[in-house]
Amino acid sequence: MRYVFKTSYDADIRLFKHNAQAFWYLLLLTVAVLLPFFINDFLIGEATLVLIWAICGMGLMLLVGQTGQASLGHAAFMAIGAYSNVLYQQYFSLPFLLSFPLSGLTAALAGALIAMPTTRLHGIYLAIATLAISVLADDLIVMLEPITGGVAGLFAPDIEVFGYVINRYGNPNELYWLVLLITLAVVLIYRNLLRSPTGRAFAAVRDSEVSARAMGVNVARTKMIAFAISCFITGLGGALMGHFATIFTNETFNLIMSITLLLMIVIGGLGTIHGAFFGAMVVVFLPLLISVTRDSVTSALGMSSVTVPGIENGVFGAILIGFILFEPMGIYGRWVKIRTYFELFPFYRKDMFRRQKSYLKTERSR
Amino acid sequence: MDILQLIVSGLANGCVYGLIALGFVLIYKATEAVNFAQGDFMMLGAFITLGFTNTDYIGLPFWISVILAIGLMGILGYLLDLVVLRRMFGQSQVAMVILTIALGFVIRFIAGAIWGHEPQALESPIAGVDVRFGGLVLGMDEVVIIVVTVILTILLYLFFIRTKLGVAMQAASQNQLAAYYMGIPVKRIHSLIWALAGIVAAIAGILFASKGTIDPTAGLLGIKAFAAAVIGGFGSLPGALLGGLVVGLIEPFAARYLPAGYSQIAPYLLLVVMLIVRPHGILSQIQTKKV
Amino acid sequence: MNLLELRNVTLRFGGLVAVNDVSFSVEEGEVFALVGPNGAGKSTIFNMISRFYTPAQGDIHFKGQSILDHQAHDIPRLGIARTFQNIELFEQASVLQNLLVGRHTHSRTNFLSEALFLPSVREQERRHREAVEQVIDFLDLQAYRDKMIGGLPYGVRKVVEMGRALAIQPNLLLLDEPASGLSVEETQDVAFWIEDIKRVMGITVLMVEHDMHLVSSVSDRVMALADGRMLSIGTPQEVQNDPAVIEAYIGSSDSPEDGEAA
Repeated sequence: MRYVFKTSYDADIRLFKHNAQAFWYLLLLTVAVLLPFFINDFLIGEATLVLIWAICGMGLMLLVGQTGQASLGHAAFMAIGAYSNVLYQQYFSLPFLLSFPLSGLTAALAGALIAMPTTRLHGIYLAIATLAISVLADDLIVMLEPITGGVAGLFAPDIEVFGYVINRYGNPNELYWLVLLITLAVVLIYRNLLRSPTGRAFAAVRDSEVSARAMGVNVARTKMIAFAISCFITGLGGALMGHFATIFTNETFNLIMSITLLLMIVIGGLGTIHGAFFGAMVVVFLPLLISVTRDSVTSALGMSSVTVPGIENGVFGAILIGFILFEPMGIYGRWVKIRTYFELFPFYRKDMFRRQKSYLKTERSR
Repeated sequence: MDILQLIVSGLANGCVYGLIALGFVLIYKATEAVNFAQGDFMMLGAFITLGFTNTDYIGLPFWISVILAIGLMGILGYLLDLVVLRRMFGQSQVAMVILTIALGFVIRFIAGAIWGHEPQALESPIAGVDVRFGGLVLGMDEVVIIVVTVILTILLYLFFIRTKLGVAMQAASQNQLAAYYMGIPVKRIHSLIWALAGIVAAIAGILFASKGTIDPTAGLLGIKAFAAAVIGGFGSLPGALLGGLVVGLIEPFAARYLPAGYSQIAPYLLLVVMLIVRPHGILSQIQTKKV
Repeated sequence: MNLLELRNVTLRFGGLVAVNDVSFSVEEGEVFALVGPNGAGKSTIFNMISRFYTPAQGDIHFKGQSILDHQAHDIPRLGIARTFQNIELFEQASVLQNLLVGRHTHSRTNFLSEALFLPSVREQERRHREAVEQVIDFLDLQAYRDKMIGGLPYGVRKVVEMGRALAIQPNLLLLDEPASGLSVEETQDVAFWIEDIKRVMGITVLMVEHDMHLVSSVSDRVMALADGRMLSIGTPQEVQNDPAVIEAYIGSSDSPEDGEAA
């Protein structure tokens, strides 16, 4: 256990609590940057996908984990990001460096517009409204076929940054580095918001709307800002997902995607940036793990390879149920416990992280 | 004549939506949890019946299969609450939403693993039979669906008004703590509510499978039922049925009179409009928090 | 000078008249207490001043201006802070963060500059923290600064909530049952703090309280309410001896001398 003696106000403001923490994150960053030199192209592609999911996850995390507003429709904003990014490049021949941030802004605008009427809704009603938005977005893409390409989909061109062309398959390492850079920027924005008044207003709205209002927080406006920033980040993630997939359709960003995104951040650990990354790893590597396991099992039993459709979602669901029941703080929660165990060894007590249960939390009266 | 047939088929669909919505509302009213897997419950109920009665599987007589399926789904609902959901007592509503979504994933996977992913038809005595009322030709399935829903609604109504258990369930849903102090075993009531929701889902599933085919993704119908529950007013049993009928009626008419593509989004558009105009549904029950 | 003035305020919930034609004013620099049996309308008056409820009739003036055309989240900016009867803290945040939310009305930056954490934001954060540390010192909360609210005992939460209201740096502080559920020692602390809030910080206090010992030891003036109506107003002594008050309490079998701790 480390005690930090705070001698200035900056001790609470700065990004890292102490130098050792800064060291570990710097090491992690170094490993992340050097990763392409150690693993093959396929795995670099998977790593890129993890980062893209993590970006989308952070977008949703800001809304669900920080502001307490459930959204079951965030794939719709990924879609807006992906489509607008490509369409800006196609119709206005904007360079990626412009179309990319604009795609985020477009998603943010859409998010704010949708938030306006829905901020009055609570908990379950908001969840259902966003669910409907995801379904509507799916159908809308098909209906706007002349622009979106409908079910045939849209083709994302190569990314061009300052004349340097990045092809998804030709330059996987460069794409990875680009995505890593954007991921870092998003993490920094996220952290900055958390340590400033807006982030605290989010937490206030999440924990007690009544009290937030009594503290001078404009609840409706705060929710709208949360929606806008959340959709901005998710939109950026969606734009990257579009480039990563190279061709995408309405099916790429369907309802299942929305739900997966929500489940992902819960598995990772709600309310933490780490959670978005842990969850993203689960989403990307679970199908790989399942197929490897299946192959080894079937070959060990001497059977021909059997495919079980839907097994990814089934296993994903089962893992999630396990987490909600036994580790509601997700993988990050487990990670903190393990870390604390070693830091305090041998003084770790079993109920150090016993969570407080609040019974009879009613949502019926507001 | 045409219009009448549209209405009847809309009502029949609406009844299925309404019954699924009824399942949500039953659970929501009693436990404040929202069961996003209710649609998958329905799918499972249909598949269990199909597994018992279809000649490809066990081939039991239809009525015995129906009773078995209803019973099994009831037990499943009860056990689910006993084993899994009771541990969630005191956790946030969002956690519950996520848990039931995950449950839906698992149910869909299990159903796919047992019965496959191809659409299958239930060998039901009411499938594909016509009935004539004067010049009007109606599907037997549609008529039965409407009749069964009406009967089930009356039975549920009597259950909640007349029986001791029903009254206890009402009490537990209105004020858990007060009900607990009055000696009502709130936890067991919750399990029984889940059992009841399972039974209603099984009936909805059998009715649904009788008028078409069923596959593991049929549970996604639950989303439409959600729209129905919200439109009717989450927390009101008659509202759920009413919402179901509204959604059911909109669909065939939208398909008939709106350009292609718009008909399937009509229920959701209505839902969004409803949430903006009257967020708590046609028959709403909500109070403001006291500080 | 009148800091706060209620003029003929009436509020109905359906058929129930919760507050019936109540008028009173709070002078700048005093401690004013509202007493009365449960359901007398005390908290309802608080909720009207916080603009959670809108009175059906009458007007509420603060610093000489009506607050009825302001929304609830504007009230702290005008200089009114409050606490809640059943503690409404931000459970999943630390004590420091809770107090910092109290500084929300003093923030001048927008979310764009905050996302980039511009120097102005950093400077503002330092000022917020300086102000909050003063509150922490004042209420002896140093030991709990970085603790999560979820794990704190009841008495400490009560103090944190008071600190959060003080972080607003209000002119008027509304305390809704500051001593309910507290031990005798803790209640004594609350009494000292209220004295200091009035004398040292120069903040006017309006409070709802059942503990008559606390009320008579700290308040300058008291108003007794029953069934939404004003019964009596004056010094604590005068109100306690008012026949109308005694009757109201005996009528509801609730002696003011007992001091309801729950």
